[in-house]
Amino acid sequence: MNSFPIIRVITKLLIPYILLFGLYVQFHGDFGPGGGFQAGVIFAAALILYGLVYGLPAVHKVAPPKVIEKLTALGLLVYAGTGLACMLLGGNFLDYDVLKHGILTENHFLPEGQHLGIFLVELGVGITVTAVMTMIFYAFAGRERVTS
Amino acid sequence: MMDFIVIPILALLAATAVTVARIRNLWAAVMFTGIYSFLSASWMLILDAPDVAFTEAAVGAGITTILMLATLSLTPRRHRKSGRLSSEDFEERPSKSPLVPLLIVTITGCALVYGTFDMPHFGDPNAPIQVYPQPSFVEKSQPDMHGLPNVVTAVLASYRGYDTLGETAVIFTAGIAVLLILRKNTDDQGTSESQSVTGENA
Repeated sequence: MNSFPIIRVITKLLIPYILLFGLYVQFHGDFGPGGGFQAGVIFAAALILYGLVYGLPAVHKVAPPKVIEKLTALGLLVYAGTGLACMLLGGNFLDYDVLKHGILTENHFLPEGQHLGIFLVELGVGITVTAVMTMIFYAFAGRERVTS
Repeated sequence: MMDFIVIPILALLAATAVTVARIRNLWAAVMFTGIYSFLSASWMLILDAPDVAFTEAAVGAGITTILMLATLSLTPRRHRKSGRLSSEDFEERPSKSPLVPLLIVTITGCALVYGTFDMPHFGDPNAPIQVYPQPSFVEKSQPDMHGLPNVVTAVLASYRGYDTLGETAVIFTAGIAVLLILRKNTDDQGTSESQSVTGENA
């Protein structure tokens, strides 16, 4: 893709907006359509687009495979950890009502209770989906063509 | 008014599906599956399911198309004499009698259509999904969630949080499985003749 300047320039222009849209879908998912899964895929799409146009070494600098591999597990741990935190606070597994803290909660400034639980859980889903999609792309793109 | 949008989209969906089945060029077929996903996403939006439309557009039209193209770019397109199957082998193979597959497909289709007779009509107010639970999630999620307006997110992440945990674990497992399968081969081929761009994969 080195010889397509238009594609390279347009990609650089587009990627910030794709990432911003991913963040919007992630963190606005409890108010509008969206959520962790969709946001994760959009985020991974931005990384994959970068990898397609600029090549794998470039995208490996942005998101090193070792980090991505650990993020796959981290997202799941955030999800399950939220559930365990609820248990430690005296509720049932994933029963977010116990996650109340009462700090700066007017007008949903900081989430609490159910809202905080949903926020954390969606964050976990988003991290895992981003990492898995990116990792699958790395696995495919890192292989050579079967010749002979 | 809606018919002007609904009928063309459904017609295009059917046309795309037939094209995918009939076209012999694999690259074109992959692009058509992407178009099919995008049309499905539009159709989901008409059915007032923006969350599903979102997922379909991002996963079906985006990621899946990329992965299929990546797979195609890895597989050889030339015919191999060494015994392994390639795509031309399937085309050259003399087709057997189409009667048995036709029979099986017809019987399966009839069974599926028969199964739909038990389903409630589209939008039936007495369907189980509309009457259970009582009060519905739409009504009870407002006080339960302290005013979070998106019921879909409330059901996914809170009421059915345990299911979603399982789904996330499935995605995680799938990613690990893909990594294990694709990585093993990279190790087998050795690094001597490898021009693979991912050096740290070994």
